Amino acid sequence: MGRYIPDTAKQQEVMLKQIGLNKIDDLYSMVPEEVRLKELDIPEGKSEYEVLEDIKALADKNTVYSSVFRGAGVYRHYIPAIVKTITSKEEFLTAYTPYQAEISQGVLQSIFEYQTQMCELTGLDVSNASVYDGAVAAAEAVFMTLERNRNTFLVSSTIDPETLAVIKTYCESRDVDLVTVESKDHKTDLEDLKRKLGDDTAGLYVESPNYFGLIEDVEAMAELVHEHKAKIIEGVDPISLAIYKTPGEMNVDIAVGEGQQLGMPTGFGGPYLGFMTCKKEMMRKLPGRIVGQTEDHDGRRAFVLTLQAREQHIRREKASSNICSNEALCAMTASVYLAAMGPKGLEKVALSSYNNAHYLESELNKLGFTRCDDGEYFNEFLTKSPVDPDKLEKKLAEKKILSGLATAESILWCATELNTKEKIAELVEAIREVI
Amino acid sequence: MKLLFERSVEGRGNDFLPEIKTGDKRPADKYQRKTKLHLPEIAEVDLGRHYTELAKQTHGVNDGFYPLGSCTMKYNPRIDEETASLKGFTDLHPLQPVESAQGAMELLYKTEKLLCTITGMDALTFAPAAGAHGEYTGLLLIRKYHQEHNDSERVNIIVPDSAHGTNPASAAMAGFKVVNIPSGPDGGVDLDALRNAVGKDTAGLMLTNPNTLGLFDPNILEITKIVHEAGGLCYYDGANLNAIMGRVRPGDMGFDCVHLNLHKTFATPHGGGGPGSGPVGCKQFLEKYLPCHKVAEKDGKYVFTDPERSMGQVRSYYGNFLVVVKALTYILSLGKEGIREASGKAVLNANYMMNQLKDHYHVAYDQICMHEFVLGLDDLKKETGVSAMDIAKGSLDYGIHPPTMYFPLIVHEALMFEPAETESKETIDEAVKIYLELFEKAHSDPEYLHNAPHHCPIGRPDETKAAREPVLRYEFND
Repeated sequence: MGRYIPDTAKQQEVMLKQIGLNKIDDLYSMVPEEVRLKELDIPEGKSEYEVLEDIKALADKNTVYSSVFRGAGVYRHYIPAIVKTITSKEEFLTAYTPYQAEISQGVLQSIFEYQTQMCELTGLDVSNASVYDGAVAAAEAVFMTLERNRNTFLVSSTIDPETLAVIKTYCESRDVDLVTVESKDHKTDLEDLKRKLGDDTAGLYVESPNYFGLIEDVEAMAELVHEHKAKIIEGVDPISLAIYKTPGEMNVDIAVGEGQQLGMPTGFGGPYLGFMTCKKEMMRKLPGRIVGQTEDHDGRRAFVLTLQAREQHIRREKASSNICSNEALCAMTASVYLAAMGPKGLEKVALSSYNNAHYLESELNKLGFTRCDDGEYFNEFLTKSPVDPDKLEKKLAEKKILSGLATAESILWCATELNTKEKIAELVEAIREVI
Repeated sequence: MKLLFERSVEGRGNDFLPEIKTGDKRPADKYQRKTKLHLPEIAEVDLGRHYTELAKQTHGVNDGFYPLGSCTMKYNPRIDEETASLKGFTDLHPLQPVESAQGAMELLYKTEKLLCTITGMDALTFAPAAGAHGEYTGLLLIRKYHQEHNDSERVNIIVPDSAHGTNPASAAMAGFKVVNIPSGPDGGVDLDALRNAVGKDTAGLMLTNPNTLGLFDPNILEITKIVHEAGGLCYYDGANLNAIMGRVRPGDMGFDCVHLNLHKTFATPHGGGGPGSGPVGCKQFLEKYLPCHKVAEKDGKYVFTDPERSMGQVRSYYGNFLVVVKALTYILSLGKEGIREASGKAVLNANYMMNQLKDHYHVAYDQICMHEFVLGLDDLKKETGVSAMDIAKGSLDYGIHPPTMYFPLIVHEALMFEPAETESKETIDEAVKIYLELFEKAHSDPEYLHNAPHHCPIGRPDETKAAREPVLRYEFND
């Protein structure tokens, strides 16, 4: 009787006899003799207790920082206890994609609620049910903009390098010409954008806040891009949208982003949540699952997976994307987080991050960390460093503080609502010991 | 059932965060959001109840039998959830110094080695976040390989007509042309059709073995040989690995690369549609093309490296790391014998169930199956008017999640059953009884089944209306 297999050897014998066989190996008679595996060369199984000890030992080898001043696309925020409680419910955890609407209304409704919240945050019309992460969301959005005579795509050089790397791979596989728009003072250079826009331009991808934390002039870019009948995709920080202008308000065509900030731990890179919203006219180009509202035969409100004519299981090689499994539970996590926070709570997260970051900047400034640029920023900013960033990182690590991210000669600092005045005071104290 | 937004009361909310002590600044007016942000204003107690109600309207593996073919809905061990919730994993920043994340990197490294042994591959990446994403990544390996060998003519990927829809879709996304080949009368790859399809333009073959009919292709060695002799590579779709793990390895069958679904074969939960994890393994000659950020061991320390001719990245960072933690927990628990027993029992369950249904229902391919089998309800439909959909919907009233419907496409009125190894004999016996009752009902009261289900939160939804008049979000009045 193997682990998690309920039936005893005796029961298995009965089952085998019922189908006229003697042993399990008889079920594999069609497997060519020469490739049948005699023994799998991995360790023997262990008890639950032993496995837990083994895995704990690995977890204990890692450093969990008590305060984190590093973001660069991944952010530690406070996660209310209710978020984990709800998303750990076994019905949600152990269900498959909700193909059978009659017994999946719970999951389907939660996705519908999620879609609504993402539309509200971004100010756009339609949302899908999620993709793998923010970087893939951006890459999938690029594909949405391509047209027969438009195969050149522009990407700002101020975006997250992880996202750029994924966009590059996706574009290469579809032979899309990817062109980088230069930056000036860590912001997208509008003059260079003007030069590079053409009749074959499918679209532009820009992030705001960008990788360096700066708010970009997305409105102006949208106007320039639209003059060439191309599309603009904005990568956003969902928390910042509680206080900053939405993609919808700036006439953006598609908004994408990393939803990790909305209730998910930083988790060494995943699982995360790629969200995508767009204007109504691009609805049928959206990749992935979409939930819609309808009725059952008694007129009761019902939710179903819809617009499936876009998808791989119907369209096969002509589908808008190959995506099947997405990040449903992460989408639910984001939805619970947003509902728990509410409009005021989310605004508080945003304003805490904003004020903590600006206070951090002034405190760091006193220590000789001066900003590298002077644009509007949300909760991240780039400074020069009066000390060797590597040395600083090591010294701060001794106090369980994760410093800003060193990039060449400068450091990218980040603060969220968790980097309170007290935590900043601790940081300042620790830095003083180094310089 | 009310929506979150319909439960909202203006002014309600929760207090999770301390007061802001660092200032009361806001961005300048020109940067500010002007549109009202409608998020639910809801007390924690009501939020909890809302989702408890939603949970009651959701069927998971924990609620009952879930024989959804090709999805391997096995039990998701709770210890896996516990290990993946350890602070030493959840609170790691992907960009924290490698010296401070050695345990996590060791975990990736160890799991890679174990999965390589299970699949017969030499190297593996955890970057892909799901099965289809793994397919895409594997195909990019093939594309890169041919590019590096200046073999630009190789633009075709051969896909059998029984393949999952993701196969052709992934091939198209990876820039290939899809060549579909028919299955032979025995349900396997038609060798003559394959021989005719391969040539100088063949980049590779994508194959699931056992295939979506639940059949292991006995000609597998011949198949991979034909493709290799034509200069193509062989891609193994690991969706059905649960049938054969520990018994025969894709690497030994002649496959050059493979993706796995950790959320199927390795028991990590599916979460209502994800997060999954779709690692891709490959033979040594393809290793140098794998995605960036791969863990390597160097002088007793773990480091991230970029393979020398890497395809680039398909996702940020290192994939769905916490899902990998769950999969490793599962593999260590089962070990060498447990893995073999799991596949053997999965195959036994499928044969046991099929055998008891076949006197009534038509089995599409009546032979020993692997972990799943397919019924074709064409005759039943002609006789009674009751379709595969009707039978599936009928089973909902008994608390059974229906099998996969209308797939594979090559079987008419198909129902595909996968009773995973974690299901007991009694559960299967009970399900068989129910499906036989439904068979009777199809003859005695077909109308009843046309209108099924009768005891679910909703009846059959109007899908046409949903697609024709899309309502994709809640509309607020203000």
